[in-house]
Amino acid sequence: MSLPIEINEMAPDFKALVLDRVPAANLDLCLTCGTCTAGCPASELFDMDPRKLVRMVVLGLDEEIAKTPWAWVCTMCTRCINACPMKVDIPKLVYNMRAGWPREKRPKGILGSCDMHIRAGNAMGVPTEDFIWTVEDVAEEIQMTDPRFQDLQVSVDRPGAYYAINQNSREPVTEPDELAPLWKILHAVGADWTYPSVMWGGENYCLFLADDEGWRYILEEFVYHIDNTLKCPVVVNTE
Amino acid sequence: MRKFKIDHKFEFTTLITLYAQWIREGKLKVNSDWNKDLKIKFTAQDPCNMVRKTWGQKMADDMRFVIRTIVGEENFIDMVPNGINNYCCGGGGGALQAGFTDQRRAYGKVKFDQIQETGATYVFAPCHNCHAQIEDIGHHYGGHYNVVHIWTIMCLAMGVLGENERTYLGDDLKDFGLHKEEPS
Ligand code: SF4
Ligand code: SF4
Repeated sequence: MSLPIEINEMAPDFKALVLDRVPAANLDLCLTCGTCTAGCPASELFDMDPRKLVRMVVLGLDEEIAKTPWAWVCTMCTRCINACPMKVDIPKLVYNMRAGWPREKRPKGILGSCDMHIRAGNAMGVPTEDFIWTVEDVAEEIQMTDPRFQDLQVSVDRPGAYYAINQNSREPVTEPDELAPLWKILHAVGADWTYPSVMWGGENYCLFLADDEGWRYILEEFVYHIDNTLKCPVVVNTE
Repeated sequence: MRKFKIDHKFEFTTLITLYAQWIREGKLKVNSDWNKDLKIKFTAQDPCNMVRKTWGQKMADDMRFVIRTIVGEENFIDMVPNGINNYCCGGGGGALQAGFTDQRRAYGKVKFDQIQETGATYVFAPCHNCHAQIEDIGHHYGGHYNVVHIWTIMCLAMGVLGENERTYLGDDLKDFGLHKEEPS
């Protein structure tokens, strides 16, 4: 349904809020050239596109902006800002739209994974002991069955290892055998590595949820563990 | 960590950067001989998080260097556009868990068409979100490609990929180069 824009009621509060949090968002600089929209796979979904969104923000259509589920369909992939002549930060704008949703109203799937990550250190909610057990079990299996890998080294929380490796929690939980190829490669090059046990999940749902506090907590715990307990000089993000 | 200005002493890198470095240094001995006669065609997704959002085109280039090394120059067919201009798979930013399935798949149609255009039967997706999304849109739109991690094909090329580590391989590679134990 199309409604006439009520000019009198326009107060771009949301725009002011975003510019306060992201001073370089350049929202007022949009030329309406449409480059963003032309190259965005989320254009037209839920009757929205990035250029239209920026117009709405600038015009102060705050109520519509607060309601549109498009905030969760844009993937914050940054393709638009990468191509935008005025560097309008649409992904950060969308992040702040998400943050404007009451936490409990945000999509359950993301919310649940974020909460789990805060609580258990990984989005799948695997207890650390189970993670360690799985890793040791899979390692032992390889050592026993393939003589080429009888001295394969796998460890959790080995202080002083050169590389600390972040593992997406999907593997140890749903497909533990998928852990092995990476270990074999690390073995082949003689890498000195370990898995951290604190916040070991490589995923980042609190970021997707736009939960600054949760995200920050996860990062701080992780950084503390690596810098102070393990003292690994390099952290590696996996595939 | 940049966003919250959290100080950290460690350096941050990715597995793909290390693969590339190890291959260049000669530490990781791997080549594409296994695919010389098979000529299986591969393409690759540039994960937004790693490429456009963090390490840029250099990461995209390193990834291609690694992939070309393990599958053969002539067997890698790039998507258009690619690198920092590649499209997001549509599963990122939590989209896979957000519950808007129809919209997520409509978004992913762009990626699906890009993949189909290459004619490749294998897609490297070195990110879990991309991996799950590209598999899902493949099934949904009736594609006939397999989605793999780099480590799987790397181990296949080195002749060390175990029997249980082949979930994502198609029938053409399910038994390929399987290491058989000598009877003792
Ligand atoms: S590409 Fe940038 S300037 Fe052009 S319409 Fe989009 S936001 Fe505005
Ligand atoms: S960040 Fe959002 S608006 Fe920009 S191109 Fe990606 S999906 Fe589209």
